[in-house]
Amino acid sequence: MAEPRIIIVGAGPAGTRAAEACVAAGLRPTVIDEGRRDGGQIYRRQPDHFTRPYGKLYGTEAGRAQAVHGAFDAIKGRIDYRPETLVWNIADRHVWTANGAAQEALPFDALLLCTGATDRLMPVKGWHFAGAYSLGGSQVALKSQAVSIGHRVIFMGSGPLLYLVASQYVEAGAQVAAVLDTSPFSARVKAMPDLMAVPSVLWNGVKLTRALKRAGVLVHHGVTPLEIIGDADTGVSGIRYRDGGGKERQIACDAVAMGYHLRPETQLADLARCAFAFDVGTRQWLPERDGDGRASVAGVYLAGDGAKILGARSAEASGKLAALAALTDLGLPVDKGAMASLRGAVATYAKFARGLAKAFPWPVDQAAALPDDAILCRCEGVTAGDLRSVMRETGAKEANRAKAFSRVGMGRCQGRYCGLAAAELIAAEAGIPVEQVGRLRGQAPVKPLTIAIGDEE
Amino acid sequence: MSGASDVIIVGGGLMGSSAALFLRGHGLSVTLLETDLIGRQASGTNFGNVRRQGRAIHQLPLANRAIAIWRKSRELLGADVEYLQSGHIRVCYRERPELVGAMEDYADKARLEGLDLELLSGNALRDKFPFFGPDVLAGSYSPTDGHANPRLAAPAFARAAQKLGAVIHENTKIIDAQKVGEDFVVTAADGRTFRAPILLVTAGAWGNTLSSQFGEPVPIVPRGPNMSVTEPVPYAIPPAVGVMTPLEEETVYFRQVARGNIVLGGSTRGPSYPEDYRAYVLPQNTLSQLKQIRRLAPQLGRLNIIRVWSGIEGYMPDSQPVMGPSATTSGLHYAFGFSGSGFQIGPGVGETMAEIIAKGGTDIPMEPYNIARFAGA
Repeated sequence: MAEPRIIIVGAGPAGTRAAEACVAAGLRPTVIDEGRRDGGQIYRRQPDHFTRPYGKLYGTEAGRAQAVHGAFDAIKGRIDYRPETLVWNIADRHVWTANGAAQEALPFDALLLCTGATDRLMPVKGWHFAGAYSLGGSQVALKSQAVSIGHRVIFMGSGPLLYLVASQYVEAGAQVAAVLDTSPFSARVKAMPDLMAVPSVLWNGVKLTRALKRAGVLVHHGVTPLEIIGDADTGVSGIRYRDGGGKERQIACDAVAMGYHLRPETQLADLARCAFAFDVGTRQWLPERDGDGRASVAGVYLAGDGAKILGARSAEASGKLAALAALTDLGLPVDKGAMASLRGAVATYAKFARGLAKAFPWPVDQAAALPDDAILCRCEGVTAGDLRSVMRETGAKEANRAKAFSRVGMGRCQGRYCGLAAAELIAAEAGIPVEQVGRLRGQAPVKPLTIAIGDEE
Repeated sequence: MSGASDVIIVGGGLMGSSAALFLRGHGLSVTLLETDLIGRQASGTNFGNVRRQGRAIHQLPLANRAIAIWRKSRELLGADVEYLQSGHIRVCYRERPELVGAMEDYADKARLEGLDLELLSGNALRDKFPFFGPDVLAGSYSPTDGHANPRLAAPAFARAAQKLGAVIHENTKIIDAQKVGEDFVVTAADGRTFRAPILLVTAGAWGNTLSSQFGEPVPIVPRGPNMSVTEPVPYAIPPAVGVMTPLEEETVYFRQVARGNIVLGGSTRGPSYPEDYRAYVLPQNTLSQLKQIRRLAPQLGRLNIIRVWSGIEGYMPDSQPVMGPSATTSGLHYAFGFSGSGFQIGPGVGETMAEIIAKGGTDIPMEPYNIARFAGA
């Protein structure tokens, strides 16, 4: 029998551990990754010739980062590694890749999607000005290029990444004007029992918060963002918000990094025609999978934050578990004991993730309250008022229908940035549960694809 | 019985929606039934060409009727369907010089039907349209054609019909239609029934399901258009552009919308699945399309596409629709199977079908579309 063709998409913690498991089984998997280097987003590696030490780059996560990088380096010669390569479509058990104008269709027997996550964003008036970044974007600037997104930066939103990136900025010597957290401190207390599932990560969070306070950074809980102040020519100049006590405040800054926890990158699962289900806890549509990572489509496996936001540590476990499930399905011998303990680890992280969701809730009321003149879809420049008036005129209240009539989610990002907030706005406006709004259908190409694709000259 | 009216229309695409609007104009009560949502398949996913040139000459009277409606669409519908009368240019390649003669021949015949075309080649062509690649030999320019937004058009016709009193039921899948006495009784999957003395089937790729129930099966084939769109770039290309060629692979077209995005279409058609209500763009078809687009307009190779899509279209073997009265059953009418080129003529089809139903006839030549041409096939 020919060697089974295993394709892993993503070289972050999930993809790395999945590839490692395949190599350990004597196989040579193909690892396709958009990044220039392995590590994914959370453990993004700095460019060649940059020499910042692990402690400086990854802080509390330095040991984890080093271990995942080490694992990848150890198998690099035994995998077919394709960096800077986009999987732009999936059909007939082939993934279609693009690297610049070069293209290829690669057949697979097993496809492991370890596609990671991006920030879940909540629009706020003024978020289209130059100087407004996602938390992830601000982290890329720092980790990859060793630059800050501004001279005076405000971190706004919710979730563990808010504190992690803010403290990384402080650590790197950048001026952090404030950390504005929309979640009330009381939510964190209520989430404690679940957060205790992984005490070391909880402890890291406490350390980060303390470090920010020690550095003199203003940290406000329970805020309501009102506006990013700025103009089209000079960009961001400040933030207006209501603090936890209801008092309106304003802080000057020239850059804002925003994020409200994360959302999985599920477009490839969608193009692979996997079934999706609504997840009540996160208010997101997620690809269905069994406990080991098998998707509804035979031969397709889902792991890491690309399937559901459970964090980087869970991603290592679920990546390996999904690989072992794939090997099992391919009829190869697999250590059942290892699978059982990985399942246990994933369950523990799932409990912790539930705690995080409680501690840092997605502030859905902000979508409903978005003023009519605020841009909702940045790619297409569609305001909240535009969407509301299209809904009134046409009666559209299904995500794809509203998109077709208003262009919300129709631009370069295909709704990956505004789609979740747009769904909440539609639900509030129509007075229906957000799951009834449905989800934007994934459409190829997953990211913009050059028309020069396949041009041999 | 869920409802009785003068006319039941099955199929809420552009044909059914515009027929509903014009039937209301004749004072007839209308019930429009749609399986899914208005205009989601062929009507909503096509290229958006509002072009007369290139159509079979016998379609031009219908196309002329339609162009008059497109021109007044904003007033008629109370909505902007992004209709731009910005021209249409159809070109041929150097390796097929014989097509220049075919263009001239077509232009002569089209002129008799009121469509004026300008033939361009060499410097005249390149001065006017500098984006064409070196393979392009000559072109036929129609200044009075243009394009519109398919996502918006059929729903706008349906809303206008509704405002005039048409009753529209979306999410209403029809599973049975019969003539009982003088009336048609149409039954939905959930058991609701609708009754009317006139039944108009505008069900696109699903049309055969109903025509078969009246003893008139037709050899319709479902296919899906192969569509892409670029990121927005400054508006620079007014006309819709297409290639005249006998090869399907070479048959690509593009148009730039006012927002700046360039919509690309053609080269192949993909599989579509009417039963599942889904159509997929095959990756190899996207690549084939982009290769042909580079040949037609090499500068477009510097842009990115940001989305591809398809839908479900019904194709007839002679590329002509099934349109007009049934050959077996009085009171039954058809308008489906527009074979990937129904968008421009759509409003003309609606107006013509309404005229036939309300007045008993039309001056538009209908013989090429008669369903009887497939009898015994």
